[in-house]
Amino acid sequence: MLQQYGGLGVYLILSIIFPFVIVIVALILGPKRPNPGKLTTYECGLDTQGPTWVQFKINYFLYALIFVVFDVETVFLYPWAVRFQALGTFAFIEMLIFIAILVIGLWYAWKEGALEWM
Amino acid sequence: MENFFVNIAGLIRDLIAGFGLNETLVYLAMVIVKFVAVLVFVLLNVVVLVYMERRVAGFFQERLGPNRVGPQGTLQLVMDIFKLLSKEDIVPAGADKFVYKAAAYAIFVPTILVYMVIPFGKGMNVIDLNLGLFYILAISSVTTMIIFMAGWGSRNKYSLVGGMRAIAQMVSYEIPYVFSFLGVIMLTGSLKMSTIVEAQQGVWFIVLQPIAFIVFLIAGNAEINRGPFDLPEGEQELVAGYHTEYTAGRFAMFYMAEYANLLAMAAIGATVFLGGWQGPWLPGWLWFFIKMYALVFGQMWVRWTFPRIRVDHLMHLNWKVLLPVSLANIVVTGIGIKVYQMVRMMGWW
Repeated sequence: MLQQYGGLGVYLILSIIFPFVIVIVALILGPKRPNPGKLTTYECGLDTQGPTWVQFKINYFLYALIFVVFDVETVFLYPWAVRFQALGTFAFIEMLIFIAILVIGLWYAWKEGALEWM
Repeated sequence: MENFFVNIAGLIRDLIAGFGLNETLVYLAMVIVKFVAVLVFVLLNVVVLVYMERRVAGFFQERLGPNRVGPQGTLQLVMDIFKLLSKEDIVPAGADKFVYKAAAYAIFVPTILVYMVIPFGKGMNVIDLNLGLFYILAISSVTTMIIFMAGWGSRNKYSLVGGMRAIAQMVSYEIPYVFSFLGVIMLTGSLKMSTIVEAQQGVWFIVLQPIAFIVFLIAGNAEINRGPFDLPEGEQELVAGYHTEYTAGRFAMFYMAEYANLLAMAAIGATVFLGGWQGPWLPGWLWFFIKMYALVFGQMWVRWTFPRIRVDHLMHLNWKVLLPVSLANIVVTGIGIKVYQMVRMMGWW
């Protein structure tokens, strides 16, 4: 067990090193002649207008909220699914109630129009 | 033939052990050897996939695709790699330099880590984690953050819009994607990839979980930003989306990660739903390879056949169709298993 996760740690380090190798090779092989025009933001030839980092559409935030609910649900569902066949019918009904509560939440979000793209 | 690669790994292991190292060092050396093997596998396949995509796209659109460099254009890829690596590396003056650079280094990390638990053949997992499938989901969801880092750090309006779309899309489609595996896990009772493959000895899970497989295909396609779901990088409106500002080696990282993700998706699908390395006559790893490429071809077919989906349709499809369907699939699977257990217990079957 510890060996497996230790191995994964090594893989993590190795896979972080690999992109550096590629980028450094590209830096060595490629030319290096920057000029102000080249370093401007690419916007199909025009100069960029106004700030880029602005407050963004609120819709994205609503989806993120619903996502958090269901993502937490998956954390509960996975262990349950692994032991499903060993657990009795009671655990199944419990999980049905849990899913039902979340479905009510989804239904409410749906009814309130949180799922409509405006 | 069945144990061809396992035997090679054994030989290398004996060779390293022959230097008189202790057990931990041999294990560490094998870790590095396996990493290099997986990396070479992934990179070679990425190169093949880029060529395949261009040819397949050509055939679907009744044109030729690359066919000039080398026989049937196969050397085109070699030229592409050299071209990418010999371009100037530009960091825009306005960019948030740290985030911009970090995104390019990080994008390939989750992708390559996903391959570590996939069983390429009998006994051919790099690591047979008992949390296998959960690990894959946990690692691959990090990609969302990295794509957003790229979109934000570039300080480019196209990149920002692309990054925002990517985060909304990937976060949304992650839920049906994650739920689609639950039916399989309920049937198997394990998250270990090798156990999931062995559980498909008799019948593949695509037969028992057809709805989950369809949900997986759609949501998986959206997760890797391909096919009709390529809004984050829609060429016609956003140039290249979140990687607009990247050039040379950094662009290569994004490009490779995209195709490596496609391959990972196909590999997961082949393992979980199509029986992994199981199959008659041919060696296991060849079966796995065939199934993987069948799924990849399917994804390419979809990509070059359907027009890009609209953003409100995208969200509608996810939250109002795929999510209820995948939840219903879990409930139906649960009832099915309970009924089956009851029938077995009563001795009616």
